[in-house]
Amino acid sequence: MTGPGRVLVANRGEIAVRIIRACHAAGVEAVAVYSDADKNSRWVQLAEHAVHIGASPASKSYLDVEALLEAARSTHADAVHPGYGFLSENSRFAKAVQDAGLVLVGPPASAIELMGDKATARATAQAAGVPVVPGSAPVTDLAAAQAAADEIGYPVLVKAAAGGGGRGIRPVSSAAELAEVLPAAQAEARSAFGDGTSYLERALPRPRHIEVQLLADDHGNVVHLFERDCSVQRRRQKLLEEAPAPGLHDETRRRISEAAVRLARHVGYRNAGTVEFLVDEDQCFYFMEMNTRIQVEHPVSEAISGVDLVAEQLRIAAGKPISFAQEDLVCKGAAIELRINAEDPDRGFAPSPGEVTSFDLPGGPGVRVDTGLTRGDRISPFYDSMIAKLICWGADRDQAYSRAEQALREFRIEGVANTIPLHARLVGNDKLRSGPVHTTWLEEQLE
Amino acid sequence: MSTVNATLPGVFYRRPSPEQDPFVEVGAAVQEGQTIALIEVMKTFSEVKAEQAGTIGRFLLDEGDEVEAGQGVVEVVSP
Repeated sequence: MTGPGRVLVANRGEIAVRIIRACHAAGVEAVAVYSDADKNSRWVQLAEHAVHIGASPASKSYLDVEALLEAARSTHADAVHPGYGFLSENSRFAKAVQDAGLVLVGPPASAIELMGDKATARATAQAAGVPVVPGSAPVTDLAAAQAAADEIGYPVLVKAAAGGGGRGIRPVSSAAELAEVLPAAQAEARSAFGDGTSYLERALPRPRHIEVQLLADDHGNVVHLFERDCSVQRRRQKLLEEAPAPGLHDETRRRISEAAVRLARHVGYRNAGTVEFLVDEDQCFYFMEMNTRIQVEHPVSEAISGVDLVAEQLRIAAGKPISFAQEDLVCKGAAIELRINAEDPDRGFAPSPGEVTSFDLPGGPGVRVDTGLTRGDRISPFYDSMIAKLICWGADRDQAYSRAEQALREFRIEGVANTIPLHARLVGNDKLRSGPVHTTWLEEQLE
Repeated sequence: MSTVNATLPGVFYRRPSPEQDPFVEVGAAVQEGQTIALIEVMKTFSEVKAEQAGTIGRFLLDEGDEVEAGQGVVEVVSP
């Protein structure tokens, strides 16, 4: 095939703008979609075509598969880019797109399905020779759970087999506590996921969250774009990400990237994807999950590699090979990304929808801002709280942080509470700057 | 009779999750402080609670409807 000539961007906000820009740079037309709340939004203005797909709640617009397919049909789009969130990791949507004769700018439905199930993904990683956190098979009764926990060694985490997004996880430090927690964990899993199956996993002390960015094409090429450190989190939500991961031994860096590539090859992966790992204090790494989509934090990998990930996604979807080989890639400098959210860190990160009355973006060398917003826009209560992503690159990590400090001083948002003041404190924090930190470090700071 | 109003704009839900039963049905007795609905604002869920004991008269919104801050969501009939 010659590749898509017109891409339906089945998303909103900054990622919609990002995809439209990549389409235009590739000489491809873009079709935007919008809900009632997003009628006058920036991505609607940037695209060649725009289609109204429904009411403001996402369930009535951005999650409406039929409305999206109809938007593609009516505008004669030949491909669909799902972005992240919404339907991006929904294998039924991927299949519906393909069944409608459209190209999905993403992985095959089978890969989305395989990696979407926690237990299957774990088993698949093991089969690919990728280490997983020591754990048990599904347990149904207490005796089996206690026997498994004795074998793994306390502390353990009781996890729901059907779980995801950090939900349904209970830490346990003794056999007595396990007896207390297991029935409640099973009931919670049954209630939340319709499946009470639990399993146990060793609780790693102070782990880091490190993930590897991948690209894979139809020609047997699988490449990694180095790793990112996403350990600065609150309630398992990432707030600050950087690439490359600080303080990782070269050998660990090499082995973790090789493991991610091995898994992608094992599952016949295609397009952009990310393999997430937990890394312990001894730099042993364990598979956590695979994200079968472009991610929020992809720009830090772009900054250190010089690769336009969305442009590569479009190439791959067109059946072309990735535009570079692994050995061509050089990791240059360091980059950090700060998520600027409409949340009030001083009030328990309470959401803060409303009108953005002032919006002055920072600039300067190595400074990039990805946003779907302009001054006077309303931050809608219907979607997530992200206002913008500030990405700063430097010749080294110290310069990246210094540029971020400077950029945050310039970045002015008025009308809604936001996380800029928190980020200003974070990028000046000695512990973070000397790095690395672990996944509960930020929560300990906030206490 | 009293009307419980939304304190936040967002999306109104009568169920804790799509697969589960509603928190309460019309005609059911509720206690003061009992959760009767959820409002989702920016992917964060806030509980709508009964301000006094009584019986659920009627819901003024359907599952998944948009709601404005201050808008009535449910009528509670006093005992």
